[in-house]
Amino acid sequence: MSLPAIAIHSLVKRFGETTVLQDIDLEIPEGKVSCLIGPSGSGKSTLLRCLAFLEEPTSGMITIKGEALGFFENAGGKRERLPPAQIRTVRSKTGMVFQQFNLWPHMTALGNVAEALKTVRKVPKAEAEARAMAQLKKVGLENRAGHYPSQLSGGQQQRVAIARALALEPKIMLFDEPTSALDPELTGEVLNVMRDLAAEGMTMVVVTHEIGFAATVGQQISFLDHGRLLFSGPPTEIFAKPRHPRLDQFLDTYLDRGASMLA
Amino acid sequence: MTIKLFTLLMQAALYTLGISIVSIVIGFAIAILLSAAMLSGKGIYIAPARLFISFFRGVPLLVQLLLIYTLLPVIGINVPSIVAAIIGLSLCTAAYQAENLRGGFDAVPKGLVEAADVTGFNPRQTFFRIRVPIALRLTFPALVNEAIMILKSSSLVSVVGIIELTKMAQDLSSSTYLPIPIFASAGAIYLVINWAIALVAGRVERSLPKVTA
Repeated sequence: MSLPAIAIHSLVKRFGETTVLQDIDLEIPEGKVSCLIGPSGSGKSTLLRCLAFLEEPTSGMITIKGEALGFFENAGGKRERLPPAQIRTVRSKTGMVFQQFNLWPHMTALGNVAEALKTVRKVPKAEAEARAMAQLKKVGLENRAGHYPSQLSGGQQQRVAIARALALEPKIMLFDEPTSALDPELTGEVLNVMRDLAAEGMTMVVVTHEIGFAATVGQQISFLDHGRLLFSGPPTEIFAKPRHPRLDQFLDTYLDRGASMLA
Repeated sequence: MTIKLFTLLMQAALYTLGISIVSIVIGFAIAILLSAAMLSGKGIYIAPARLFISFFRGVPLLVQLLLIYTLLPVIGINVPSIVAAIIGLSLCTAAYQAENLRGGFDAVPKGLVEAADVTGFNPRQTFFRIRVPIALRLTFPALVNEAIMILKSSSLVSVVGIIELTKMAQDLSSSTYLPIPIFASAGAIYLVINWAIALVAGRVERSLPKVTA
């Protein structure tokens, strides 16, 4: 058994009095597509944001490729915060794609993709732009390199955002509902890029409402409900009948979102 | 109304323009420091910045100018009156611009900062590469507004002995007994300058990429 890409141990996240994630234990296997599904407010996005260290876990541990993310347990078993530079190093193993794209509006598509290479990795401008262009080509947008985000469709913006994350050559890609802000006819182009990425063997963690995508591309499906991980497993197991009643109930509400194939 | 009178007015208008531009630029630099203090989250920086802003927004500019002009020599600082005028205008516009900038920084969408965080930017890189350029674009129209306000407010610096456009017009009108053509000309000069500022600013604004959804 090789080291999991991500290991989550007894993760708890509270916002004030509200417990959003309760004792999550999950291992994300290397080179697989892992989908987090569940109703709104189930905590799946918060879990993903913890993996990107955009939210700090209240307790519990996350390791990325065996390295502690944000906190480590010292010899006395107490949780200690790692220094910011160390956090950035571990974080750099992951790339993240947001529901709202979050492209930097003052930079062109090429600028968005090249920016971190230049600013963070100190790659010379010409080389950074050449590498950025290669990523744009990969998502089929090399002819939009000079466009600003406001001049691109939602689907194009999200593909640029994927290229931006890929430019830093992450080992793991995190997707937070990448198609939820898109018109239905634009979701396909984004899902296709994600399928290509999966076919290349990229480790992916995808929070999604696209049950069809989860069932066909996902290799590990985790179902969250009320901050708890109810179950996790390969899609053939999870979606096969008889299904967990809570999942059945959830899928009923998603029949019009690509889940009808499973009915 | 002769060519000579108009030339005198135009020369005075150069003073108006010069004092205003210098004050806007100095005020902007101070405003960046003030807004950084306001956003620092540390009481030790926030309190003096708040005090500064509430004083310079709350006291009439005319009073500020008179106060600075009379106070500086008392505390042993002897500066030409044009310097006192620039100090007064700069401090006043700094207070307004600081509030504009703070609003701009607050309006930078959180997701854009998160996108920088996850791509490994350190806080300083995020500030200069993401927050500052977006905040500046968001506050640009307010900055232009403030520039126009300062240009008009600069007529007040005549109280410290500067012969700028308004003062020149007053002096010429009392020596020539031609108040209406002279004041009309002065008004037209202000109007043309501000119209030019608005025109250029509009061009610049349209050339910048849209940063709002």
